[in-house]
Amino acid sequence: MAIPVVYNVRSVKARWTSTIVAVVGIAGTVGVFVAMLSLARGFKATLVSSGSADNALITRAGATSEMTSGVSIDSVKIIQDAPGIARGADGPLLTPEAVLMAPIPLRSTGTDANVELRGVSPNVLAIRSNIKIVEGRMFRHGLSELVVGKNAKATYSGLTLGSTIWLGSAQWHVVGIFDAGGSAFDSEVWGDAHLLNGAYKRPDTFSQSVTVHLASPAALQQLRDALTADPRLNVDVTREIDYYAKQSTRMTQLITILGGFVAAIMAIGAVFGALNTMYSAVAERGREIATMRALGFNPGSVVLSFLFEALLISFVGGVLGCLAVLPLNGLTTSTMNFQTFSNLAFAFKITFDLLWMGVVFALIMGVLGGMPPAIRAAGRPVASALREL
Amino acid sequence: MKFSRLILANLFRKKIRLMLTVGSFAVALVLFTFLAVVKSAFSRGTEIAGADRLIVVSRIGLMQLLPISDRDKILAIPGVKAVTHNHWFGGVYQEEKNFFPQFVIDPENQRKVMTELVVPDDQWNNFLKDRQGAIAGARTAERFHWKIGDRIPIKTTLYGGGSSEFNLDGIYHSDRPGGDESQFWLQWKYFDENAPAPVKSTAGWYVVKLDSPDDAVRVAKAIDEKFANSSFETKTETESAFAAYFVKQFGNIELLILTIGSVVFFTLLLVTGNTMAISVRERTSELAVLKAIGFSGRAVLFFVLAESVFIALAGGFLGLTLAYLAIPVIGVALTGLLPPLILSKSLLTLGLGFALFVGAASGLLPGIGAMRMRVVNALRRA
Repeated sequence: MAIPVVYNVRSVKARWTSTIVAVVGIAGTVGVFVAMLSLARGFKATLVSSGSADNALITRAGATSEMTSGVSIDSVKIIQDAPGIARGADGPLLTPEAVLMAPIPLRSTGTDANVELRGVSPNVLAIRSNIKIVEGRMFRHGLSELVVGKNAKATYSGLTLGSTIWLGSAQWHVVGIFDAGGSAFDSEVWGDAHLLNGAYKRPDTFSQSVTVHLASPAALQQLRDALTADPRLNVDVTREIDYYAKQSTRMTQLITILGGFVAAIMAIGAVFGALNTMYSAVAERGREIATMRALGFNPGSVVLSFLFEALLISFVGGVLGCLAVLPLNGLTTSTMNFQTFSNLAFAFKITFDLLWMGVVFALIMGVLGGMPPAIRAAGRPVASALREL
Repeated sequence: MKFSRLILANLFRKKIRLMLTVGSFAVALVLFTFLAVVKSAFSRGTEIAGADRLIVVSRIGLMQLLPISDRDKILAIPGVKAVTHNHWFGGVYQEEKNFFPQFVIDPENQRKVMTELVVPDDQWNNFLKDRQGAIAGARTAERFHWKIGDRIPIKTTLYGGGSSEFNLDGIYHSDRPGGDESQFWLQWKYFDENAPAPVKSTAGWYVVKLDSPDDAVRVAKAIDEKFANSSFETKTETESAFAAYFVKQFGNIELLILTIGSVVFFTLLLVTGNTMAISVRERTSELAVLKAIGFSGRAVLFFVLAESVFIALAGGFLGLTLAYLAIPVIGVALTGLLPPLILSKSLLTLGLGFALFVGAASGLLPGIGAMRMRVVNALRRA
């Protein structure tokens, strides 16, 4: 026969101070656990969403990022005619890009941080079709005009619509703001590749990478075979989404290891807190337990009852922890991307399965903290417990 | 101590609670130490930077190259003792996750400027003679089990792509604690011969050694003025300002880890403090009896404080020992992601001081309560 649940709820209410301590311990642990995971996920999601399965990135063979890559203009001409590339009204959908960095002061501190400057071809919006101009217009071919990602606009000073800024040896006008759907491009500033190369005194015969729009996602293999077999070229062909997923690995790994370790230590602390609470609950209620046993409840029901109480406490803690970090969802923060040395804005991403994991984590702590006291409660001989004052 | 048996008996009256409280303290201290160590790893660059060194980079961006001819112009500025130049190499050893920084260096001047990074003379001389030679930091060499004489293949986009092999001629150590022992140095001459046209005869950045650190501001200004209005303008900063620039860009992540960690650390301390208060409250009647048979209020306070401080110290020692053992393990898991994690003596002392403070503070309130309570009331309540 089971002990009524109401008994546990009432006893939790009766000892609310020590219950609160246990709840706070578990809530804190779950909160940190969820926050860390959401940080790692947000970083990864930002980079992964930058890539599209319909696009392929062509870099020099062996390059780990666009920063260390280079593709000559002769190679670009060969790539243009390769099979598998989608074609628009005015030729193949392909953008040879220059990637540069410029120090621009942050709004928050006034100190410089590196912004990624991307020189693109004017038809780039046809290739990266998920990017939309939300304010102003696209830059015009041959003019020193820039379009700015929405996170870059928010993070750096002097990048609002209509402002002018010195980059390299030229003055630029910001003519548009684009929304790249929370991807890494949102932290970038785009302009005409030829003019940016000129302003930074870089030879116009080189670009860092070439991004092409594939005729279909399956055309990647065809393109890769054609380009790698061509003896005039020395390039790697990567699906854009894979390139960006790979870029996120180091930072994601760092956050996961640090966060995992912190959460693990805290979990131990929270289990100690739960154990303390449950042990004192058991000690205070020695006579109650013995009375229940004397009434005919078997030891199994006593264990279950105490376990239920611990789970109740940890469940409340877990839910509170999740609720406490929920406002972080969508909050934008930024850090340096190891691969490009430039600043990347990204948002915490709290998904339903993360919250679910947080609650399960809390329940596990509840079982660990509740089981030993529950067993002790059930194991005490009835007669001696009743005799105790 | 006359009353040590009484205090000990009180401590061990509830063994499980004692264990759990000591354990909570230990957990809080492991967390504290770990967070402090990670924080110092993030800002290591600024802490160990040489005060007598300047970094010269292109004014328009970090990745912009400077002409190699700037070297002699910088050297001519009064107050400059030596100049070396570096390039970021950015190759890959075996696979990308084996990251370590690779610099193309100027062998003639590197040792004059980076004086704290020590290479034995015979190894250095071999390196000078070997165009494809390389010097590795002790930490990186240890990480990949390299020994002198090994050939190290590095995948690079230079030298026609594919993989290039370098001979490991020497291993450098840092004679400053916490110094960067992860770099991998290559010969500039060999690099330059194979570099494509835009990279030929360039330096990524210059490192300038000063005669005196007091001169830093003046010399930095003189260098930037020298190249003002040229096609390659420069930005010169002290090494620590340069390092701080990178640390600031990490800023948010570091702040987040620290905020979350500190909030939870204090929660843990609250929990422990609360437990102690409860255990004193439970014994109100006993303490009243002590007072009734003639112990002074101060003696009662002393009993309570001694107990809480003992618990704090035991937990503190346990926690710091655990941290001492665990941090190298975590450090290995973070190799290539963060600079080495270093647990300094001052940090250990600080942690122990913290534990003592919390122990005393959490015992003080209930202790003072016990000291002031009126025996009659306390006895009646029980």
